[in-house]
Formats: sequence, C-alpha cells, structure tokens
Amino acid sequence: MSHGALNPPDLSFGQKLLHIHWFFVLLLCLTAGIGITMLYSAANGNLEPWASRQAIRFGVGLVVMIGVALIDIRIWMRYAYALYAVTLVLLALVEVSGFIGMGAQRWISLGYFNLQPSELMKITLVLALARYFHGGNIEDVGRPTFLIIPLFMIVLPAALVLRQPDLGTTLMLVMASGAIFFVAGVRMWKFAVVIMAGVAAMPVAWQFLHEYQKRRVLTFLDPESDPLGAGYHIIQSKIALGSGGVLGKGFMQGTQGHLRFLPEMQTDFIFTMLAEEFGMVGGIGLLGLYSLILVYGVALSLRCRNQFGRLVGMGITATFFLYVFINIAMVMGLIPVVGVPLPLISYGGTAMMTLLIGFGLLMSVWVHRDVMIGRRGGDEV
Amino acid sequence: MHRDSERHKLFGRRAVMLASGKAVLLSALVGRMYYLQVIEAERYRTLADENRINLRLLAPPRGRVVDRFGTALADNQQNYRVLLISENTRDLEYTLDMLNQIMPIGPSERRRIIREVKRNRNFVPVTVRKNLEWQEVAQIEVNAPDLPGIFIDVGQSRNYLYGEELAHILGYVAAVSPGEISGDPLLELPGFRIGKAGVEKVHDLALRGSGGSSQVEVNAFGRVIRELNRQDGQPGAEIALTIDLGLQRMVSERLAGQSAAAVVIDVRSGDVLAMASTPGFDPNAFNRGLKSSEWNDLVSNPMAPLTNKTIAGRYSPGSTFKMVVLLAALEKGVISPSSKVFCSGVTELGDAKFHCWRKHGHGLVDAKDAITQSCDVYFYEIAKRTGIDRIAAMSNRLGLGERSGIDLPGEKSGLVPTKKWKRGALDAPWHQGETLIAGIGQGYMLVTPLQLAVMTARLANGGFATTPRLTKAIGGEEQGRTATPESAFKSLGIQEQHLKLVTEAMTDVVNSPYGTAFRSRIKTAEREMAGKTGTVQVRRISKAEREKGVIKNKDLPWKERDHALFVGFAPAHDPRYAVSVVVEHGGGGSSTAAPIARDILSEAQRRHSAETGVVTSEDSGPVKNTQKDRGAG
Repeated sequence: MSHGALNPPDLSFGQKLLHIHWFFVLLLCLTAGIGITMLYSAANGNLEPWASRQAIRFGVGLVVMIGVALIDIRIWMRYAYALYAVTLVLLALVEVSGFIGMGAQRWISLGYFNLQPSELMKITLVLALARYFHGGNIEDVGRPTFLIIPLFMIVLPAALVLRQPDLGTTLMLVMASGAIFFVAGVRMWKFAVVIMAGVAAMPVAWQFLHEYQKRRVLTFLDPESDPLGAGYHIIQSKIALGSGGVLGKGFMQGTQGHLRFLPEMQTDFIFTMLAEEFGMVGGIGLLGLYSLILVYGVALSLRCRNQFGRLVGMGITATFFLYVFINIAMVMGLIPVVGVPLPLISYGGTAMMTLLIGFGLLMSVWVHRDVMIGRRGGDEV
Repeated sequence: MHRDSERHKLFGRRAVMLASGKAVLLSALVGRMYYLQVIEAERYRTLADENRINLRLLAPPRGRVVDRFGTALADNQQNYRVLLISENTRDLEYTLDMLNQIMPIGPSERRRIIREVKRNRNFVPVTVRKNLEWQEVAQIEVNAPDLPGIFIDVGQSRNYLYGEELAHILGYVAAVSPGEISGDPLLELPGFRIGKAGVEKVHDLALRGSGGSSQVEVNAFGRVIRELNRQDGQPGAEIALTIDLGLQRMVSERLAGQSAAAVVIDVRSGDVLAMASTPGFDPNAFNRGLKSSEWNDLVSNPMAPLTNKTIAGRYSPGSTFKMVVLLAALEKGVISPSSKVFCSGVTELGDAKFHCWRKHGHGLVDAKDAITQSCDVYFYEIAKRTGIDRIAAMSNRLGLGERSGIDLPGEKSGLVPTKKWKRGALDAPWHQGETLIAGIGQGYMLVTPLQLAVMTARLANGGFATTPRLTKAIGGEEQGRTATPESAFKSLGIQEQHLKLVTEAMTDVVNSPYGTAFRSRIKTAEREMAGKTGTVQVRRISKAEREKGVIKNKDLPWKERDHALFVGFAPAHDPRYAVSVVVEHGGGGSSTAAPIARDILSEAQRRHSAETGVVTSEDSGPVKNTQKDRGAG
C-alpha cells in the first residue's frame, strides 16, 4: 500500500460522467445515424422493419455502454478471468445444446433473446489476455514459456467457434489477440514464425473447412465460375458498388439494392448500398469516420496509466478495426465472403451490443486513466 | 514505476506500428474503392444495366408416388391464388370492395393487403388469397371486368388422393424449415415444399427433381418486359411402391375406428402389399398448414394418429410368440414333437404361480396341441428348459428385436430381452420367472407389427430370411429383387421338419375345431389360412380378482382392455401372403384380430386370382414340395 498515495481518490458518479469522452460518443452516434438512414433506404423509405428497431437497439446499447464505462476498471480486471471462464463454458454449451440457425450452431436460447457466446468472447478474451499480460514485465513477455498460457486462452475458444462453424469470428478472435500480443511486447520474430507456420499449415487446414467455406474461397478466387451460385453475392456487390461512381446515384436512388439484385443488403452488404447511393465520396466519408474512431481508440488507450487498461483499449480498438476491414474488404471482393457485419451500421442486435459493451470498456479505461494497478491487481506497483 | 514506464514506452511504439498497419490496410480499401468506382465505373454501370436481365428459379413438379400397379397415390394439383397489382386498379379501395362481394375479406386481411401494396412498387403482385376453391375462381373470372387489378395465378400443390388411408406410408410435405436449407437453391424459393415424413421424406431428393431457370428482361425498375430464355428443370422422379392400393384401402377401412395396425407382405419377395395404421391423419392438411387447434387435437389424441404403429408401435407379442419359443426348444432338442406336458391350469416356480389362460387346464398336450389351443403351461415348461438366451437367439433369427430396414423413417427395433441386456439396462440379474413370462410372449419382449409380419413370412416361406421392401421402383428403375426366397434370401438354417410342425400347428389353430381361431377360418377351398392368435394383458390381474372371476374386457375402460393380436398366412398349403394384425385394447386375439386377418387374407387372395387368373400350382415357388408333403401328412 506504500504507493497507494499515488493513486487519485476515487471519482464520484458525477465526476465519472463528466470524464466520459463525449466527443467519442458523438462519433459513435453519428456512425449509427448513418446506419439507420441506410436501413431506412433499404426498406424503400420505411422505418419498418429495420430502421426503427435498429434505433431502439442503439439507444439501449448506448445506456449499457455508459453503464459499463462507469464501473471501475479494477473491477473489470478483478473479474476478467471469471468472465472469460463463464463465456468459455457458454461456448461449450452451444456445442451441446445450442439450436441450429443458418446451418451453424451459435445461440443459446434464453427465452426472450438468444445469447451468442462467440460474440461475448470477443470482449472477454480481450479482458482475460489484458489481465494476463498486465501481470508480466518485459522480461516475462520475452520468455517463450510465458506465452503458453495466453496461447491456450486463445486456442480454446477459437477451436470451439471454428467448430460451430464460424470462420469470421474465429479469425477475429485470433487476430485481435494477435494485436494484444503485439502491443504487449512479444518479440517480432515470434510473429514471423507463427505466420510462416500458418502459411505452411494452410493445405492441411483446407481439409478441415466445411464444403460451403471451401466453395466461398474458390468463388472468391474466380467468382465468374459460378455466377448464379456462390459467386452471385460478390459479383452483384461489385456491380452495385462500381456503378455508384464517384458521387453515387443519390439517396434511395440505388437500383441494384432496391431491385434485389443485392442480397442481404440490410446486413452484411449494407456498405455496398451506401457506396452505390453516395458513391466513393460517401464510402470514403464513412471510412474517415471509422478512422477517427480508431485514432481516438488508440489515443485514449495510450493515455492510460495502467497496462491492463491500455491493453483492453487496444484490444477493443483492434476488434473494431477487424469488423470494419473484414466487412468492407469482403463486399469489395478483396477477401472471401465471411459473415462479418459492418460495425454500428449493419442491421442486427448482437454485433451492436458487442461493440457498445467494448466501447463501454474503452470509456472505462479513459475515465479511470489515472488509476494505477499493481501486478496482482492491487494498488501496489 | 520504472518498469511500468518502460512497458508503457514499448507499448506506445508498438501501438503506433499497429496503427500504421491499420492505416495501410484502410488505404488499400480506399484504393480498391477508387479502382471499382472510378477506373472500372463505366464497365460496372453497363453491367448494372445488364442486370436488368433477371434470372428466376423455376420449381420442378414433384414426382408422383404410385402403387405397384401404377395407380397414383400422391400427385400435384393445380392451386389457384388471387393476386392484386395495384397499378392496374383505378382505385384500390373500390377493387377490394368489389372483391369483397365475391369472397369476404375481413378487416385485418384488408389491412394486410393495403400494407403490402404500399410496401412494394405498384407493379409487384400482392397475394390476396391462396388455395381457392374452383367455384371462387370461376366467379372471379366471370366478374373480371368489374375487378381491375385482380388476377388469378396457377401454381402446383401436393395432393394426396387417399388422405388418411396412406398417410403413414406417404408422409407429407410442408414448408422448408431453416435447419433444412442445404445449398439447393430450390429450398429457398418461397412456398417450396419438402418431404417431412414417410416416403416423401425418405425419397425427398428423388421426388424433388432439380430446378430450372427463366431469364426475363426487366426494366430499370424491375418490371418484367418479356421472357428471354427458359430452361425447364428436371421433374422429380416417380416412386413406385410395392403397395397394392386396393388391398391397402380395404385394410384401412377394416381397421377404421380402432387404434390398430396391420401389415401384409408377400412371403417370397418381402414386398409390403399393405401397411395400415389407424387412426390416420390428413396429409393434405399438413401441406396447407395446420391450425394450432388441429395440431393439438392430433397430438393429444390417445390413439396417436401421427404414429405409424406398424413400424413404431411396440407391443408384447403375447401368444403370437409361441412359435418362436417352440422352434427354439425343438432346435435345441429339449423336447420332442410328441413329448407331452400336463396342464392343470397353473404351474408353480418357487412361491410364484403362473396361470394358463384356461382356468381348469388343457390336460396332456403335445407340441401341436399346445400351439393349436395356445396352452400357456406347456410354454412355461419348455421356456424354462430352453432358457431365455436361446429364445432370444431364435427371435433374432426370425427378425424380432432388430429393425427390418424398411425404407421409412422412425422404425423402432423393439426389444428381445437377454440376461446380458437386463444386466446392462436395468442392472439386475435375470430371474427364471421372467423366462416363463417370456415363454408366452409377455414381460420385456416388444415387437412391431411389421416385425410380426416378417416373422410370419419367414415361418411360412420355408425358413428364408425375407426382409420387407416398400420401394418398388424409382424413376422407372426397378429396385431389383427376384421373386423366389431361395435366390433372394439366405436360409435361416432351421430344420425343415420343425418348421413343418409349426406351420401345421398354425393351420390347425384356424382349421381345427379345437383351434383358438376356428370361427375365423376361410371356408373357400384352396384359400385356407393358418395363423396364431394373441391376447395381451395391459394390466395386472390380482389374486383376489382371479378368485372372483376375471373382469370381462367389455366391462373395462378402453385403456385397460387387452390388446388383440393375430399373425397368419395364406394359402395354408402354399403360403403367399403373411399378415399381422394388432388392435390396441381390442379385446381377444381370436374374437377381434382373427376375423380382421381372415378378411384381409381373403381379399389379398381374391385380388391375386382376379389379377392372374386362378391361383395355379405353377405359381408356387420353391416352397411347393414341402407344402405338398404337409398336405399328405
């Protein structure tokens, strides 16, 4: 407790509210507003069935986010492992009792709503890894043996999610964890080894992919080979996007989406619709907004005085980046089709909730930026 | 403190590197956007115009299901819908008012129509009503000038021509549920139907066929201008069943009103000629979509109309099992055909008493008498000598205790108990008393009506391992089998004289005045049947009740009455058809089940001779010789 004096006194509720980075919250609202507008357009100028529901979800999510932000970062750290363990158990339960939706087992039914543990894992894995690395100094991180436990923390949920099968989420879990490893200071050559091993293992991994996943990869390589089957999504998406040109066709004037050439335009392919109606200007505008959120995410994390908070902030920011990149790269035909929504914009409650809980944690990191936490979670340093 | 600041610095460096990486990737996205939307924009604009050529999937007609003679059992029917295209109406409200005079449209339905019209562009047809009666169609067509914007659309829907009578065999089709979507684009067509039970489910892929496509030109707003190209898909294959529709209908009618099941199979080929389970359900209702009240009625009905009792109903075989026990004893050599057992009406084992159905006993009985009169004490005795595991082995050889492999979903395997089974399933040792109970086909033993028919066929065809078949041909391709058991099926290796004794005894059950089914004999020469009755208690008879006199079935509530069973074959001298009948809570095997079996076997033979002329001796297969010997003895 000798250094306890270094820690500022705990903030009151009102002080905490003031400490929330409201400009950042504004950026989030702006992005969600664009999403709701696009959903309005997707329904041919109707609030039903998507726009109004999405607005309510965002509102609820915002309240949850503030709630998460006000909880002391030390509490999040104390329960990091427990939350991770619970999520892991839920994930295993999905394997056993989850019901089948879209051919993949992902949900646990809780009566009123369906819980998707793989989404929750995107958050709790970040918490658990952050806590683990918080407890190790630079020398620790340099030892290969120190990395065995966190590797297991990634492999267990990743394997379960892959079994569901959900390739998109698996990739996000692994890559977001990679980002945490990176900023925690794991040596560069280790990443090189892992990436090289990954490339070498690709032919083997191919055998384990599901038929539909193989088909997606193959049609990504040559979409024209199956223009009415699996290649349809990519071709139609590129046509819609390309025909939008620099300035777009105008709000609600997109033809491809409205004529239903564009599949799932309210969920995974909503960026295509935006870029068709608002052109490259609109697309780059949205990317700019996303970049601003990312820059703030990194900046807020860097300012934090405890390693746990910094790692959580970077983990959340990396997850957000992956949503953005995977989705947009997919609809533009840069990577194979994987089911990852466009954050804060695609219709759907699950990813929205994940993201807002994540941003809530980032806010908590910011609000409690001056708190110092010892290696074991106490005030000692 | 020092360490953390070091860590913080490293963190900062790495964070900047990571952020730069992200920036590079985001720039790649911008580059891609530039490529697609600026460099290639012109090309994609052309393609977007070409997108006006729209491809539509066409559903192929589902294959028919026919009986063994080619008579349709399930086909497709024209199905009429009323569509409304709002741009063709002068006034939407007016058109709806006019339509309301022909077919009443409720206020909520009207709201739904108006809502859908508003949601879609004004040339998109909105469904007003589905499944129209022909009369309604005619009225709308006649009044067409007064109904601007109203159109009749023709689709196809599955039609089951004989409703309940074939419901359990054919199953039904219904809307595709999300879990069934497999990658076949047909399954994602709105309104597409998929097989959910019975033959419709088992042969769904063959019946479904493959989709065709229609290329239509649409204008920039999606309005269809004309059809450019059309590729018809592959229609679903026709499935021919081994079922004889006439016999099937007769059997269903004969069982109607009872909770019952009956199976008729050809003893040589194993062809299932009829398989009925009552009560049934209307498969057309499933296709149309059930109301929840209809569904609840089906599910809560104690007679289980949704269950195909012929393959999923499990019953104690009762006395119909006695042939198996006798064969096990004879093959083992624990008794000879002529050795006798004295029946006083009861036998004792330790403290327990085992009663014969006939209170005062049968006196001295030999093997044949025991079957003919269904003497329980005789079978208690030989079961005790043979042992449960040998009885079980013989049961398996005759097709009990395992699935027959018939191509219908939901077949149950039944249960043939052994010492090992009881140890594993109930964790208790086998008691000898249970062997005695098994000797009269009660206790743990459970069989399905189909298994009973297979068992009877195996006894009647000279001991060949007949297996049942239901699918005769798929798309005209015979699901090949030859008609004679010798070439198609392996011999079970049961001694011929033992089988002969059993079938002779079964002949006596029906044709000897002492037999338990004498009243149900077939009197037409050359068409006599043989068989065995079975009556299975579903409740325990207490000692007190036994002393006072056992309560008669008709005085009991339905659920407590005995099950009535009968297995049989005909003609007795040259077996061709095997039948099993189970009537749940039907009373006695001889009073209820035997007359049904008689009627079924009479009809099967009548139909056969009507079809091929008189049953002649050339018609008989390899079992002929043994049968002749039997007639002489």
